[in-house]
Amino acid sequence: MDAEAAKLIGAGLAAIGAGMAAIGVGNVFGSFLESALRNPGAADGQQGRLFIGFAAAELLGLLSFVVAMILIFVA
Amino acid sequence: MAAEEGKVDPMHQFTIEPLMGSGGWELAGFNIAFTNSALWMAITTVLLTLFVAGGMKRELVPGRWQMMVESATGFIDDMLEANIGKEGRKYVPYIFSLFMFILFANLLGLLPIGIVGLHPFTFTSHFTVTGVLAIISFAIVLIVGFWKHGFHFFSLFVPHGTPLPMIPIIFPIELISFLVRPFSLALRLFVAMMAGHVLLKVLSSFVIDGTNAGPEFAALVGIPSFILMIGISALEILVAGIQAYVFALLTSLYINDAENLH
Repeated sequence: MDAEAAKLIGAGLAAIGAGMAAIGVGNVFGSFLESALRNPGAADGQQGRLFIGFAAAELLGLLSFVVAMILIFVA
Repeated sequence: MAAEEGKVDPMHQFTIEPLMGSGGWELAGFNIAFTNSALWMAITTVLLTLFVAGGMKRELVPGRWQMMVESATGFIDDMLEANIGKEGRKYVPYIFSLFMFILFANLLGLLPIGIVGLHPFTFTSHFTVTGVLAIISFAIVLIVGFWKHGFHFFSLFVPHGTPLPMIPIIFPIELISFLVRPFSLALRLFVAMMAGHVLLKVLSSFVIDGTNAGPEFAALVGIPSFILMIGISALEILVAGIQAYVFALLTSLYINDAENLH
């Protein structure tokens, strides 16, 4: 396999990371909604933490996009 | 944008090009061309200034415009008060400018003015721009931290109640997680905007190529892709808001670390 093909395969494999981040983000919002429906009064106060969790989970998925872009355009 | 053999190049939209023949402008050996990126930053600044100036009439009974501006400042004010406390009020001008600048930039980049031949440019989809914004935030954290606490600021890297033998392990971990903050801050905004715009252009190539391939392809590929594109566009507007909010929120959390240590 030549180097160009390996790069493209690697970039494709990096898309797995995006799927994993989708699970993570879904988990963040799912858990929030689950507990927000149990105690709606406390839900509004936790919105900042919700978005911190979302940002942390999302960042790791975006990193996989960066890996793919580096493999295609830089490496 | 349709280059060779009718293909849409999804990366072409991020090209930075000098405008109005300014490609040769130089200052001390550096090129200072007025690029499309600079143009859209200027447009964003002008629109933001107009937006805020329109709400500065200080009427006792606020009109719609003043209400809009006041709810935006109030939103940032509440966020800082909740995350930093009373001392957080003095950061409202910075966080408000940051939030509104990013929000306006993200939304202006999504404007559908391509149909009249103009090309909106999302400068937040460039790492250089988001990197500078993140460095400004990080510099404020460092300056406030060392100004207020001196070398006691380093206690940020040793959380309360850490057992003594754990300190050599915890300290480098906390230090590294502190030092990657500007990168994660800049990377998040840049990649989120770039990925969204690439996705839209890839879908647009499905619509164009699918419809050009004949009526059966148009029904099977073109129209479903077009409907999906409308949905993704709505999602992008949401992402534009969320990313601006997350940038402002994380900046305020980092400032909270500097302001109150742990």
